[in-house]
Amino acid sequence: MMILTLVQREIRSLFYSPLAWAILGVTQLILAYLFLAQLQEYIRLQPQLKMMATAPGITDVVILPIYSSAAFIMMMVVPMLTMRLVSDERRNKTLALLFSAPISMTEIIIGKFLGVVAFMLIMVAMMTLMPLSLIGAASLDFGLLMSVIIGLILMIATFISVGLYMSTLTVQPTVAAVSSFGILLLLWIVDWAGSKVVDENASGALTYLSMLRHFEPFGKGIFNTSDLIYYLLFIITFLVLSIRRLDADRLQG
Amino acid sequence: MNNTILITVEHLSRHYGPIQAVSSVDFELKRGEVLGFLGPNGAGKSTTMQMITGNLAPSAGKVSICGIDLLDDPKTAKAEIGYLPEQPPLYRDFTVDEYLNFCARINRIARDKISAAVDQAKQRCGLTEVSRRLIANLSKGFQQRVGIAQAIIHSPAIVVLDEPTVGLDPIQIREIRSLIRELSSEHGVILSTHILPEVQMTCDRVQIINKGQLVFSDNIKNLDQRMRATTLLLELRNPPAPDVLAKLPGVNQCEPLDDNRFRLHHTSDHNPAEAVAERAVNDGWGLLELHAERKTLEQVFVEITSSDKSHSSEEEQAA
Repeated sequence: MMILTLVQREIRSLFYSPLAWAILGVTQLILAYLFLAQLQEYIRLQPQLKMMATAPGITDVVILPIYSSAAFIMMMVVPMLTMRLVSDERRNKTLALLFSAPISMTEIIIGKFLGVVAFMLIMVAMMTLMPLSLIGAASLDFGLLMSVIIGLILMIATFISVGLYMSTLTVQPTVAAVSSFGILLLLWIVDWAGSKVVDENASGALTYLSMLRHFEPFGKGIFNTSDLIYYLLFIITFLVLSIRRLDADRLQG
Repeated sequence: MNNTILITVEHLSRHYGPIQAVSSVDFELKRGEVLGFLGPNGAGKSTTMQMITGNLAPSAGKVSICGIDLLDDPKTAKAEIGYLPEQPPLYRDFTVDEYLNFCARINRIARDKISAAVDQAKQRCGLTEVSRRLIANLSKGFQQRVGIAQAIIHSPAIVVLDEPTVGLDPIQIREIRSLIRELSSEHGVILSTHILPEVQMTCDRVQIINKGQLVFSDNIKNLDQRMRATTLLLELRNPPAPDVLAKLPGVNQCEPLDDNRFRLHHTSDHNPAEAVAERAVNDGWGLLELHAERKTLEQVFVEITSSDKSHSSEEEQAA
């Protein structure tokens, strides 16, 4: 109930700023362009696909690349949405309103987290309209589509938890944005180095850390609990860190 | 009004690293009381208020709100507090209505009572005409009022206002003062300010804090007593020699201000005004003015804060 109020406020604040609209618009435009390009490619490949015995369907050729690109775009978009969550409130001294109200730190952080998650769900819903527009023309693999959507949402939620934590560390929104983008990019590419490490155990650890590695199975329609746990662990860790950091505001002043 | 104790503060201390911002402050607030917090800049007023409202954890000490320990059960305790920080915590891109609605909700007002609570707060703070405007577009005075509305929306037992009249015009200041008086009938109010007349006008009790320590705590009547100075201002048409005045019973010293005006210093237990008037009539001095001077609150304030200062420097030397 209390968290719902905080979520509502967060969404309201986002939509009152032009940033949220700009992000929605720009992301949609880029993804639409990719979608059309991918569709063109599919039409060009049509004759060759007919020759193959087990030809990949339209979901594999057109839709999955869109979601992979979306994951990468979100990595750049999410820090811009999360950067202001706490740092802006700290700068405008509005945190006092939440601190002196009967709300716990946990509720504040979860409210902010879910607020941005809700906003991103709108974005995911909007981009999902594009594959759905193909329903009449082709047969879609809904299981696969569902799986990749779940993967994308988990990945976005992870980005948000990292961005939220970075925002609790500073009063400068831009600093929060840059540092969360840095961390996300590092986590994305961490297995590049892993593949070059000779020691197999070490490379395994780096590969395990990579977000991309845990996203890939979803694109194959594999819903693996270990991937789910990876994302949940990530989210919970950063949420707990954020709560502790916000509490430290009160302790250290 | 009944005298329930709303807030008890015991040995409250706070340090920022090596800097001791507040050290061992104790006080109480009863229902129906307006407590004024006075002190020079950086004395620890705001820090104390932040600790009472749960915005800052004390380094040591205890705060109980209506008998509930603020650190043990913050949620229950905070429901009884309304706080207006130095800078009002406003969401600038919200309208007044939206903002107050949000404040009502986070303060756990029942859903069906929210609109009544918002209306009442708006009406009390004179915000009814601006309810649909964006907070960012309001003038400083109105923003301050929104801040106060936010603090009283859930009718908390204690309202803590940190410099509530800063940046307001004189008419608004008077309105806010009467609002504070009105609030004190049902709530306990703690008010910090460095505008001294404001304390005289609105508060029942005054606490002066300096360098993190409570150096004065008394009700406004005793402060009045303290402001009664031990000097008389005297103006005579045909003054006698200053020596004559100085020898009047009870007069310690006579300080000539110009040819006709004198300041007579006297002991605190013996006021020579009556004797001076009698002599003036009998000896034909031509009494034009006889006036018991009062110290301003400023002077008392400076006295208290600076005497404390000399005291502490002595201590330093001793150490």
